[in-house]
Amino acid sequence: MNTQPILEVKGLHKSFADHHVLKGIDFSVKPGERVAIIGGSGSGKSTFLRCLNFMETLSEGEIWVDNERIGVEKNGRITYPEKQLCSVRERLGMVFQQFNLFPHMTVLQNVMEGLITVKGYTKQDAHAVAVRELAKVGLSEKHDAWPGRLSGGQQQRVAIARALSMEPEVLLFDEPTSSLDPELVGEVLRVINQLAEEGRTMLLVTHELGFAYHFATKVIFLADGVFHEVGTPDEVLKNPKKPRTQEFLRRFSEFAF
Amino acid sequence: MDYSWDFGPVLSRFDMLALGLLNTVKIAMVSIVLGIIVGLVLVMMRLSPRKWLAWPAAVFIEFYRNTPPIVHFFWFFYALPVLLAISLNPYVAAVLALSTQSGAFYAEVFRGGIVSIERGQWEGGKALGMTHSALMTRVIVPQAISRMVPPFIERSFELLKTTALASTLAYADLLYQAMLVNSETFRPLEVYTTIALMYLVLLVTASQLARMAETRLTAYQ
Ligand SMILES: Nc1ncnc2c1ncn2[C@@H]1O[C@H](COP(=O)(O)OP(=O)(O)OP(=O)(O)O)[C@@H](O)[C@H]1O
Ligand SMILES: [Mg+2]
Repeated sequence: MNTQPILEVKGLHKSFADHHVLKGIDFSVKPGERVAIIGGSGSGKSTFLRCLNFMETLSEGEIWVDNERIGVEKNGRITYPEKQLCSVRERLGMVFQQFNLFPHMTVLQNVMEGLITVKGYTKQDAHAVAVRELAKVGLSEKHDAWPGRLSGGQQQRVAIARALSMEPEVLLFDEPTSSLDPELVGEVLRVINQLAEEGRTMLLVTHELGFAYHFATKVIFLADGVFHEVGTPDEVLKNPKKPRTQEFLRRFSEFAF
Repeated sequence: MDYSWDFGPVLSRFDMLALGLLNTVKIAMVSIVLGIIVGLVLVMMRLSPRKWLAWPAAVFIEFYRNTPPIVHFFWFFYALPVLLAISLNPYVAAVLALSTQSGAFYAEVFRGGIVSIERGQWEGGKALGMTHSALMTRVIVPQAISRMVPPFIERSFELLKTTALASTLAYADLLYQAMLVNSETFRPLEVYTTIALMYLVLLVTASQLARMAETRLTAYQ
């Protein structure tokens, strides 16, 4: 299969002041790929994901979406017009560790919001889409609930429905289950798994290595600001070649049973 | 000390004081409404990513925070007319002073509410592709309003009390009317005690109304 990548990253660097977090990353995602990104705490996994949809500004490098370079060159400097960034973010849906639902809107309104304000849907059309997406994540009975009244797992499923409603080409998940009580992790992973079965393109930052193994078509181990090891789940998670990766995985299996 | 109180002459001129009270309420209400508009404009400028908008707003706000209110009254009444070669009546000058003052303080109140909204709310909206202005009006401001209400009410009470300075421009507010009554009756103790009580009743009533509004506006939490 020789499809064009949806998303391409070239020579990405990111520093916070003098803290050089990402040190030159080249990467591309093709339709249908599911990429799991693993790595130690503070290694820059979130930063990497957040650079893709410009939640963080790049220090250096290029992002290409649908073969279009993001940013406009002006007098030798790259600027990022809001309109273009909004369009990128619309195409790359994001799900956060902390859900980031709008607490002053009901569940249904949360899902309708982007459709109305970004896509310009009528209320009726947005309503129909929201109802459909909420059904998909199993929350049809919660339309009129306030997000603050839901469990973490339910909130995260609303957040997924909200992202899905925009029909993004790629979904970015930043540790979607890390802030959940252990017994609520399953319901969210099942939803993500269902999206995988639909063949959606997804990037997932996670500490759930077992899930990553079953979910991903490609696994990336991020360390020292670079993609230290990249391969299939079997290659990276079962038979890692690099000592650094082996060490990382050993710490995870320490208390396995 | 043996002073014989006599409220008679004062109470017989109560209509003058009532008019003053009415004028005080009028100028306060008008200035609050205009102050909100000034405050909204200022805060939008202040929070704008464009420096040439943010800067003047910041300067304006700092100017008002660091100058005595009475100076603003004098400036609008005596100085601005020179600049514009027109004359302003006391009412207009006082409204200008009060609404720009309160606007500067309201802007800070609004800003405080807005910056208190967690970063995640901005990110949640941005990730959907919402523009800055859509995010502001649909996500940030609606949540910030409930947090702005208590400091907003406090500022408005300050404004209500500051209206007394309008008397220095001979605007017929409660204090000015009291001075008139005093000059006719020579009963300062009774006159100023009476209007102190009238201010008290006004502010207590206003605070009751404000409390009702506050519970309304913060209902969703
Ligand atoms: N806004 C910021 N300002 C300054 N430093 C930051 C900022 N965001 C992240 N960092 C730093 O960049 C580094 C990478 O952070 P990042 O959140 O990407 O790590 P991570 O791999 O996602 O970690 P975790 O597994 O804990 O989520 C960390 O050292 C962090 O302190
Ligand atoms: Mg992270």
